[in-house]
Amino acid sequence: MQYQSQAVAKPYFIAAIGLFVGQILFGLIMGLQYVIGDFLFPAIPFNVARMVHTNLLIVWLLFGFMGAAYYMVPEESETELHSPKLAWLMFWVFLVAGALTILGYLLVPYARLADMTGNELLPTMGREFLEQPTITKIGIVIVVLAFLFNISMTVLKGRKTSITMVLLLGLWGLAIFFLFSFYNPSNLILDKFYWWWVVHLWVEGVWELILGALLAFVLIKVTGVDREVIEKWLYVIIAMTLITGVIGTGHHYFWIGTPGYWQWWGSIFSAMEPIPFFMMTVFAFNMVNRRRRDHPNRAATLWALGTGVMSFLGAGVWGFLHTLAPVNYYTHGTQITAAHGHMAFYGAYVMVVLTIISYAMPMLRGRQANSNKSQVMEMWGFWLMTVSMVFITLFLTAAGILQVWLQRVSATPLPFMQAQDQVAIFYWLRELTGVIFLIGLVIYVVSFFVKGETKAAAA
Amino acid sequence: MSESFTKSTARNMFWGAAVFSFLLFLALAFDTTAALPKRDHRENITPQVAHGKQLWEKNDCIGCHTILGEGAYFAPELGNVYKRRGGDFIKAWIQAQPTGAPGRRQMPQFNFSDSDLNDLVAFLKWTSEVNTEKWPPNIEG
Repeated sequence: MQYQSQAVAKPYFIAAIGLFVGQILFGLIMGLQYVIGDFLFPAIPFNVARMVHTNLLIVWLLFGFMGAAYYMVPEESETELHSPKLAWLMFWVFLVAGALTILGYLLVPYARLADMTGNELLPTMGREFLEQPTITKIGIVIVVLAFLFNISMTVLKGRKTSITMVLLLGLWGLAIFFLFSFYNPSNLILDKFYWWWVVHLWVEGVWELILGALLAFVLIKVTGVDREVIEKWLYVIIAMTLITGVIGTGHHYFWIGTPGYWQWWGSIFSAMEPIPFFMMTVFAFNMVNRRRRDHPNRAATLWALGTGVMSFLGAGVWGFLHTLAPVNYYTHGTQITAAHGHMAFYGAYVMVVLTIISYAMPMLRGRQANSNKSQVMEMWGFWLMTVSMVFITLFLTAAGILQVWLQRVSATPLPFMQAQDQVAIFYWLRELTGVIFLIGLVIYVVSFFVKGETKAAAA
Repeated sequence: MSESFTKSTARNMFWGAAVFSFLLFLALAFDTTAALPKRDHRENITPQVAHGKQLWEKNDCIGCHTILGEGAYFAPELGNVYKRRGGDFIKAWIQAQPTGAPGRRQMPQFNFSDSDLNDLVAFLKWTSEVNTEKWPPNIEG
């Protein structure tokens, strides 16, 4: 750690990992409800477990992005953070607001939560991933703006690198597109049209800029490859991301009331979305192969390579599987979507946040890398989680193909629930693999507490 | 990548790509906005339909169901449920929940009033009349 104020990243990373554990526990509850329908009913209905599962994911990734920015920006800008106090204050505001929101989901019926938080004044609740009460959404905007102010001021007073510019652009985009979550007309079609300006333009747009910046930063650090080379790659990758991903939004506009021409725009552009992810894979391996030093933190290098591979598979390949309109006509809104969602979020965003945590946490704890024993354990966590996620995805894909066949392609289509009963075996296998994922996560968390010989951090 | 392809070339390429993509996207969004009224039949969005959508959101229906294929995949598609089951069945079904059948997926009891139920049905009927390019493939959703 080169600057004192980088230390503020640590609570953000710890909170991120804590919420990650919560996310997985609720994922297991939902997975079981898929096969034992009345499990925990009516205490935790499926929709509540799902809100907690997806909202925790979003919140912990945001904690991860913010922690990453607080760690990276002082080092890149070669100056102390504008205001570590503001960063600490926002940490607590975000954590308390997030915890209260999750408790609200769990403790009162959703309709009462809507009444309690005055949803009728500005109704924004009850839409997928944007279930947060309106006051929580306003809180998120305040926290993110304070964070952006802090980071932007730091960049302005210090050295401006391409990595910080790309990171800032991604983070500002995140804030700007979130504002569309406040637009909720009574026309469902318009609502859906702009809902995607938050959801798609986040995960297949500006978040990829953040992903690229984090990965580039870690690769510079662990490989020692010339910054000019890495930043050139970064620009080319994110250029491809926006060329394919922005018009690629059209792959959500096939069947929701929007004009038929989106089937062409969406299919053609989103079919190219794997390209930037493939470039990211090539980029990560290329830089590690051309490394000018052997960084003692081998776990961080593994996470960085893993991000390249798994984001390509999850976002790229599994996205392509169902992105062409004639295919999507049958797969839209099935377990195929769930399969893609799981591996894409894990491979791209979970893994890149764990990459930066893996690199930065030892530094924040005063050493260049963890002990060999701790790193081996972290790598066990890496492999268990990554391999289980591959299998979760494969089982959901199998469930999805069968579902599509039974319910949509067959000459005698089955009703939804009958088709679900037919594919139950794959939901059981998914749940079992989910348990292995949890074991991997526990091992990952334990690795932080494993001692052993360590090297002191370079000054 | 070759030496003649410099970082500033890459940066310019990125900015060009970003501006071009967003402008093209905005142009398409503008055209879509103009085309939507004929496809979504917004003239039929009565106060009942609008209230039905509010009830849909306030009870987080999308946390289990899909509507026009978007939402959760735990329970049936409801974009075309009006055509599949009809209004009376929908109302009776909602009132009968939860079934309490052991081991089966359960839907909570929401204690809707009669007029709430009518509004929900009005919302689902309006939704089923949107031009969705013939999706879903069949009535089962």
